[in-house]
Amino acid sequence: MSQTQPLAATNDLVIRFANVNGSGSASANNLFSKAVFRLGVPVSSKNIFPSNIQGLPTWFEVRVNEQGYLGRRGGYDFVVAVNGQTMVRDYQELLPGGYFFYDSSKRLPDTFQRQDITLIGIPLTDICNANYTEPRLRQIFKNIIYVGALAYLFEMDFTVFEDSIKSQFAKKAKLIEPNIQALRLGYDYAAQHHADCCGLNIHRRDLNGDQILMEGNAAAGLGAVYAGATVAGWYPITPSTSVVEAFEKYCQAYRVDAATGTNKFAILQAEDELAAIGIVIGASWNGARAFTATSGPGVSLMSEFLGLAYFSEIPVMLMDIQRTGPSTGMPTRTQQSDLLAAAYASHGDTKHVLLFPANPKECFELTVAGFDLADRLQTPVILMSDLDLGMNVHQCDPIEWDDARRYDRGKVLNQQQLDDLPERWGRYLDVDGDGIPYRTIPGTHPEKGAYFTRGSSHDEYAAYTEDGTVYARGMQRLLVKWDTAKRLVPAAEVSGQNSRIGVVYFGTSQYAAQEALDQLRTQHRLDSMRIKGFPFGQEVAEFMAAHDTVFVIEQNRDAQMKTLLVNELDLDPQVMVPVLNIDGMPITASFLVAEIEQHLESLSIHPKPQEA
Amino acid sequence: MTFIRPNFRHPENHTNEIGYSIKNYEGALSTLCAGCGHDSISAAIIKSCFELNLEPHKIAKISGIGCSSKTPTYFLGKAHGFNSVHGRMPSVTTGANMANRDLLYIGVSGDGDTASIGMGQFAHVVRRNLNMVYLVMNNGCYGLTKGQDSATADKGSAGKKGVPSVFDSIDLCQLALQLGAGMVARSFSGDKQQLVPLIKAAIKHPGFAFIDVISPCVTFNNTPASTKGYEWVRDHLEATGTIDFIPEKSEITIDYPAGSSRQVQLHDGSELVLQKNANDYDLSSRKAAMNRIESVKEAGNILTGLIYHNENQGDTHASINTTQRPLNALTEADLCPGSAVLEQLNAGLR
Repeated sequence: MSQTQPLAATNDLVIRFANVNGSGSASANNLFSKAVFRLGVPVSSKNIFPSNIQGLPTWFEVRVNEQGYLGRRGGYDFVVAVNGQTMVRDYQELLPGGYFFYDSSKRLPDTFQRQDITLIGIPLTDICNANYTEPRLRQIFKNIIYVGALAYLFEMDFTVFEDSIKSQFAKKAKLIEPNIQALRLGYDYAAQHHADCCGLNIHRRDLNGDQILMEGNAAAGLGAVYAGATVAGWYPITPSTSVVEAFEKYCQAYRVDAATGTNKFAILQAEDELAAIGIVIGASWNGARAFTATSGPGVSLMSEFLGLAYFSEIPVMLMDIQRTGPSTGMPTRTQQSDLLAAAYASHGDTKHVLLFPANPKECFELTVAGFDLADRLQTPVILMSDLDLGMNVHQCDPIEWDDARRYDRGKVLNQQQLDDLPERWGRYLDVDGDGIPYRTIPGTHPEKGAYFTRGSSHDEYAAYTEDGTVYARGMQRLLVKWDTAKRLVPAAEVSGQNSRIGVVYFGTSQYAAQEALDQLRTQHRLDSMRIKGFPFGQEVAEFMAAHDTVFVIEQNRDAQMKTLLVNELDLDPQVMVPVLNIDGMPITASFLVAEIEQHLESLSIHPKPQEA
Repeated sequence: MTFIRPNFRHPENHTNEIGYSIKNYEGALSTLCAGCGHDSISAAIIKSCFELNLEPHKIAKISGIGCSSKTPTYFLGKAHGFNSVHGRMPSVTTGANMANRDLLYIGVSGDGDTASIGMGQFAHVVRRNLNMVYLVMNNGCYGLTKGQDSATADKGSAGKKGVPSVFDSIDLCQLALQLGAGMVARSFSGDKQQLVPLIKAAIKHPGFAFIDVISPCVTFNNTPASTKGYEWVRDHLEATGTIDFIPEKSEITIDYPAGSSRQVQLHDGSELVLQKNANDYDLSSRKAAMNRIESVKEAGNILTGLIYHNENQGDTHASINTTQRPLNALTEADLCPGSAVLEQLNAGLR
């Protein structure tokens, strides 16, 4: 057996923290990843948590990568094993040459006999017991102590941690010193007992510029504030809950009238998801901007109402923070498996506008754009985020706002406009060929503009009809509107190398897809396209038509985006090769490279087949 | 019922204080069956709004699905209406009310729409104390699907098919009381004298006001064996004291015997005058109201009239501290924190 060399790298490593849910580990782990970020080194973290409040295993993965790859890489170079329940698994899954960091207050079991890894034992419990008497403090500071030890082992600049603690506890100054002391305990112990044993380092760089760290859900909630949403109806469901919590937090900060102390927003926790979207529809019908956030089970429940909004043409902003389905599925794992349920939600012929953000900045921007689109198109718009994006902290460019920007409230007639109309107004009359009629808000005019909104078939003047010709005319007009939507949704991002082979991806697959493409392009010529909206614009149709083989990367079992492409663009399904990840974990670059390489081989496409 | 409504109006047909005639409060022609109780309720709504001098376009009428929920087409043609989905009128009305607190919201529902498919939404809109009039046109059956029993059909009551209902009925007034509604009333579509003042009181009530109106289905549930038919209901009514609605500026001319009436001052200065019956209870006591419904029911009768009234409960906006300005009237300047705030937020995220 050849001796495995301990891993050695600077600013390129993956660390797994194995913790117990509810033990206070999250803030310590975030302290660590934020320190990496503040050292100017790109970092991404994934909280892999159970559907549980206390007691079950939880993991926190941190990838440090100075090339800026922020997706999951796959594999662990360093494990912080502080959960007895998962210790065997954490030990076994460590990569050869990796480092196993554990609480050496207790001896490792005799079965732990790997020769290809480095053990780093720190007696966390003993250190805590010697320094703290209160059980609660022992638990909290145990986490901080291992962060201090990591600071030494990875040769990280200790002042960054001190500064983080100071800003974190700026309002609770008495907590600053004890936390720094705990960090120091871990740092000093590692320095005395484990000098020069770790080949993995995190050294200061200046690679992060003005980037920020944010959760996608917080960005979406903030987007709703900036977009002028005033009404939110919602029902708690993981992983969407923090969208409305963020909306409320930002509203409390920026939407309370200074003079009266009253709220310029109304947030109602509804009895279920049906009521949540009912509230949104009622408020939008009445001229306010309103939204709700949910996940797959909520989308199922909201389907009937989505059909009403589609057919009676009421703006709806819905955020679907997708999780692993079907049914309850894995509620705390990620997936992109609601595409079909969302795109065609409800009975009858219905289709809905979808937006696919890939990072928190886009959660903000596409939320703002979504409100404009919903108002402009008078139809539901669904932001297709996911658990990975929504609940994990992501590094991205800062969020921007142009103060000259005005909300697009779409075709809404005011009193004066109603008076000035040369001919009879029809709520469902397309007067300018874009398939979008003009609407009125209740209370606008004493004599004109009142109509009866209904989910039953109606003519151009909103009167009930059972005349099949009139009904069909209305349904065809909705397709004209659908064509208008194709021009208004954000265009796909296309990157070309003039190849006959394309790679398509969307949403959070972006991180891994970009890394995989960088690797694959060293061997192959590949074009790529990131889809950002549905219905597909002309550029999507053109891209698909221009390639003989298109890999479609998705995080679901049934290749739902491929189905949408086949269905909406009338494509030959044989052109597309689905590349699917369904284990509920964010997709990795190594998986993509392996899958795509294998297909390229089977297609007899060899590296660098032709000159550029 | 399809017929041509005559355009002729009496030349002395008067207008109300804001210059509208009753015609301004009417809607499209009803397509319900001839003799349907629901049409009488629509007429009572029209009369109430006319007499209260309400501007029709400042009213929003919202319904679910069913015969009852079709009626908003047949009244207040100048008001926006919304025929939503089955059992979901309460949530749509909640959203609408959140968007604009200045309109009057009349929610129309049926017994199937409220007591079955919409039970959850009904319970929660009561709990939220939304400022609205919630009117149930209660005929004990599903009319549009041809006469199936609804959850308010009394045990043993039989419709056109002659099969008695085997389950106990749900009493929506008791439910509303238990859930904390500020105003609870029951009436009969055939008793306009009672229904119109109740609707007026409900409109003026500054929170959630519930009226359960028994409204016979002439086609499927008007049999001698039905407890929701005209005959049975007329014979079994037991009313709480009569109620009169006195507008702000009117002089009270009705003379009530001493000790028999109670005046309730409403928030806009108008008054409700309740004339008590000998055996009446304190209408502001939820417990007494509950007992009275039960004891009248035990005697085989139906309690109608104003059953409970508490005008001091506030509403949803008061509970969540919303601004007095309608939210749908706020602009970018009110709502968008702007780029400077965003820069601070970005700085806090590094």
